[in-house]
Amino acid sequence: MAILGAINPMLTVGLDGDNAWRLADYVKRDGYSALRRILESGIGQGDVINEVKKSVLRGRGGAGFPTGLKWSFMPRAFPGDKYVVCNSDEGEPGTFKDRDILRYNPHAVIEGMAIAGFAMGAARGYNYIHGEIWEIYERFEEALEEARAAGFLGRNILGSGFDFDLFAHHGYGAYICGEETALLESIEGKKGQPRFKPPFPASFGLYGKPTTINNTETFASVPYIINMGGDQYLEAGKPNNGGTKLFSVSGHVNRPGNYEVPLGTPFAKLLEMAGGMRGGRRLKGCIPGGSSAPVVPGPTMMDCTMDYDSISKAGSMLGSGAVIVMDETTCMVKALERLSYFYYEESCGQCTPCREGTSWLYKVVHRIEHGKGRADDLDLLASVTTNIMGRTICALGDAASMPVQSFIKHFRDEFAYHIENRKCLVPVDVQRAGSGFFTATA
Amino acid sequence: MEIEIDGKVAQVPDGSTIMDAAQQVGVYIPHFCYHKKLSIAANCRMCLVQVEKAPKPLPACATPVTNGMKVFTHSELAIKAQKGVMEFLLINHPLDCPICDQGGECQLQDLAVGYGGSTSRYQEEKRVVFHKDVGPLVSMQEMARCIHCTRCVRFGQEIAGVMELGMASRNMHSEITTFVGRSVDSELSGNMIDLCPVGALTSRPFRYSARSWELARRRSISPHDSVGANLVLQVKNNVVMRVLPRDNEEVNECWISDKERFSYEALNSPLRLAKPMVRVDGQLREVAWNVALDYLSHALQDILARNGGESLAALASSQATLEELHLLQKLARGLGSGNVDCRPRRRDFSADGKLAGIPWLGLRLSEIKDLNAALVVGSFLRKDHPLFAQRLRQLAKKWGKVSLISVGGDDPLLRLHAQRAVSPAELPLALAAVVKAAAVLRGEPIPAGLKDVEPCAASQAIASSLLEGERRAIFLGNVAEQSPQAALLHVLASELARLTGASCGFIGDGANSVGGHLAKALPTALNAYEMFSQPRKAYFLLGVEPELDCHNPQQARAALQAADLTVMLTPFADGSAREYADVLLPIAPFSETSGSFVNCEGRVQSFSGVVRPFGEARPAWKVLRVLGNLLSLAGFDQDSSEQVRDEIVPAGAEFVVGLDNRLAATLPVALPRSGDGLQRVADVPIHFADLLARHAPALQQTRDAAVPAARMNGETLNALGLTDGVLVRVRQGAGEAVLAARVDETTPPSCIRVAAAHASTAALGDMFGAITVERA
Repeated sequence: MAILGAINPMLTVGLDGDNAWRLADYVKRDGYSALRRILESGIGQGDVINEVKKSVLRGRGGAGFPTGLKWSFMPRAFPGDKYVVCNSDEGEPGTFKDRDILRYNPHAVIEGMAIAGFAMGAARGYNYIHGEIWEIYERFEEALEEARAAGFLGRNILGSGFDFDLFAHHGYGAYICGEETALLESIEGKKGQPRFKPPFPASFGLYGKPTTINNTETFASVPYIINMGGDQYLEAGKPNNGGTKLFSVSGHVNRPGNYEVPLGTPFAKLLEMAGGMRGGRRLKGCIPGGSSAPVVPGPTMMDCTMDYDSISKAGSMLGSGAVIVMDETTCMVKALERLSYFYYEESCGQCTPCREGTSWLYKVVHRIEHGKGRADDLDLLASVTTNIMGRTICALGDAASMPVQSFIKHFRDEFAYHIENRKCLVPVDVQRAGSGFFTATA
Repeated sequence: MEIEIDGKVAQVPDGSTIMDAAQQVGVYIPHFCYHKKLSIAANCRMCLVQVEKAPKPLPACATPVTNGMKVFTHSELAIKAQKGVMEFLLINHPLDCPICDQGGECQLQDLAVGYGGSTSRYQEEKRVVFHKDVGPLVSMQEMARCIHCTRCVRFGQEIAGVMELGMASRNMHSEITTFVGRSVDSELSGNMIDLCPVGALTSRPFRYSARSWELARRRSISPHDSVGANLVLQVKNNVVMRVLPRDNEEVNECWISDKERFSYEALNSPLRLAKPMVRVDGQLREVAWNVALDYLSHALQDILARNGGESLAALASSQATLEELHLLQKLARGLGSGNVDCRPRRRDFSADGKLAGIPWLGLRLSEIKDLNAALVVGSFLRKDHPLFAQRLRQLAKKWGKVSLISVGGDDPLLRLHAQRAVSPAELPLALAAVVKAAAVLRGEPIPAGLKDVEPCAASQAIASSLLEGERRAIFLGNVAEQSPQAALLHVLASELARLTGASCGFIGDGANSVGGHLAKALPTALNAYEMFSQPRKAYFLLGVEPELDCHNPQQARAALQAADLTVMLTPFADGSAREYADVLLPIAPFSETSGSFVNCEGRVQSFSGVVRPFGEARPAWKVLRVLGNLLSLAGFDQDSSEQVRDEIVPAGAEFVVGLDNRLAATLPVALPRSGDGLQRVADVPIHFADLLARHAPALQQTRDAAVPAARMNGETLNALGLTDGVLVRVRQGAGEAVLAARVDETTPPSCIRVAAAHASTAALGDMFGAITVERA
């Protein structure tokens, strides 16, 4: 089952059955009709991009940049190689939507990329798939074979004269390779380290050629936009937040999993779809957009709707749509320690502030959690995060800093208690009871 | 584009960065990873500056200038960012400057004074990074000091052409390391020591032998190759402790080769000759200078009186200074001998007397970067001319078409347009093929003698590359000069230059190859080869070890052993010189004497001695000058080396005049048939190539100083019934050497590469010629 619940879904419609991912099933669901329509009806490249612009599809990988605008940056007339690259290097803790899109609806990604290739005059694409989901990489390779055999990829697609070759490429699990320029370096066979920008990928991307990189879900949405029209897609969501979005709900809910809902759906509704809070406990905090998004306290979160603007107003980011739910049994210091460890481990080591700063952050939070905090530690953490933020090549330094800042901002008392009393504000037995891990019966 | 930095306005070209503009207006922006010769990494973040309208501080090294940009390098935002980065750099840095070898000349230390705090807020454990053993030149014993600027990595990738170091792992555990078990000793590796802004990469021979502030910095010129790299010799207590490059964009840019950097060890070698020695009753005995010179002048006069002037031969190394060469030839000619030469590794002299001028590179070194195409003929590029090869590498990176026709050998580590590796005997044929291809492309008549030549695809590619673009050049390397068909190669290269409009020149095998011509240290009778093939009674050798430096060591040794008088002016007391020298005179190497070198582009570079001569050694020009007096010769009354120089080049001349590579007379073009049987290919390994390098212990432990093997390709090896690693006996004439056979697929078919300039091969004959191999 691809999806645990949905409201007006598009991407996840009709994905029941073991063969839903296969080409035949996809075609039955109107698959490849968008590509066919474009190629057979003589719709121009600019028309496709306009349609995407109208839909206000915003990048689903985390940054939320308008996709149509990004596509229009591509120098379509540039002679020579151009690339479209799909970022399926889904490594953000809490995020697991692209995995399911590739697992259950891979042809939507393939079709979306082919349409993107057509719109931007690129004849070659790569899908960079996270290294720790190997079976999905293999399935995608199989889907590619199907699409090639059916003539949806390769030379002269559907007799239109349009060529588009698409290849899968798997990483080895480094989080940083989800950063678009590090991803390009990795495809090129180099160490995955972000490049300094400018130049941006649209002018100097893969192998130095113009390149556009989008998230898996973004590409997968494109066929639906073409089929229903940009305006209708926009209406499916809310103004400036077009369409539906997959949310990966995890944490202290009864039914963690992926949910496809229109942007603008109230958080309370999403929480209800996920079966509500486990054990009926109170919502303490929620990270609404993947681990690098600032944490939002429970009451504020309950008033939010799930879209870029509302979450941004609440002081966080919709990000990749990974909703991490934490109930009142959570020790926020411990939660932050785990997050900080992740960023410390995954820093590529290139820029000084991030390389040195992420380890410093982790070591201090670790100390606090283990009862060795010092009175000035919270000020130190705040100072170190400001010294990291905005001073690095890529956004990983910011991503590491925002949880630290937001956790301390919203749960300062809990951190202060920890430092002063050398133990958790939430008693350990309560934490254990809440986690379910220690109380589960075989 | 106009930019304002801290209120100073600058006009900069499109594409400049803030760092470029800041340097132009004289504003210093702190940095570590940025280096003018390397690509931009923007990873240290030390150069963050405030840019008007930018929300975040931006790295000056990587941010392109936009018109009207306003930059503040000392604003509150900029300083806060820079101090923040400095704190991060220091948290895991050992902060043990007092015991760090880099202390006193450390960029991190210097900038920490300006941007670091007086105490650290970091109370956690510091990172530990394990040391690495990467060979005799570079020390990586204190890698915890590394600040991950990746200059060394980029140097390898971009300048040296080989990635010896890389950054492994990620996050704070990322570390600079080699490929497993590999050493760091390519011919340019030492430059990484200079590039390292902290004490992570240090000079292994120099470590802990002096503090930087104890060292006096003296200017000098490299005696090692024809580029004439500008050096700083660092001196403490009259001892040269270290050698560093001196920036000269026109000559060596900011690099020097490892040979130039580490051969100073030889200057302080225990093998230095401290006193004159004279052979008495078959034994060399130390004597006073006046005794030695007195003995020498009488012995010389005696021999000359009995056998005539032509019984004397004088041979100098092409490393000798202009002044020494001038006085040596003057001395020999004054004594009635025309047997003078400074080209001991040459075989073919038939172009002598037919040259229109002094052979040289054909263009300035700084012009190489602007070439559209270049062809190098007969060179072990990287090992013969490390810095010259580096310039070609940069040219190739900018899509200049560099081609190489040679006799195999190491990968030049540059992107070649076309390459041919042929046996030494076929070298003229290979060049002739390009000449013919060029003539066909130009629609000109085929030059005489080339009717039967069939240009291959590579030859045609080379010819067409030499016909495209505005500036092209042909360079004849050491192998071409040392070849038995050197003159023929010169003729063919000149013809190719005429057809294509390319310049044509010689890279030159010594620091003073051009200077030798200028000083007229050239034969008017017997040349460097003939003076041994037709043995003389008396030999005068200046800075030459004949069994290592001559084209045919076997023949040289025999002649010297049979001679009545062999006089050697040398800084060293060891070697087989002790077997046949009758008089050994200790002379000062480049660090202890004043003198001049004329590099391959004709640039006159004079230098002074930086330390007092070792023991009783004396500058060779003074020795020769006194000898001239003792022998009552005219023209030996100079009081300084400058006076000697002024006899040769006009005072103050930056470049010499009379450089011309054309041949004044036509030479016949008769292409030799490729020889039957096995041929020897002799390279001169980089660290055996000259006296100083041979006596430098660290250099002698590098991969390049391995004992020579008999290298041949797999096919030749199989045809001879040999296997890799077996001992073989190689023979030339009466001499033989026992070496290990090695598979080396870069060696052309039917060739055996046996290095010259090494004691183990000193019994062999000509560098290029027939050789036999059998299982030992």
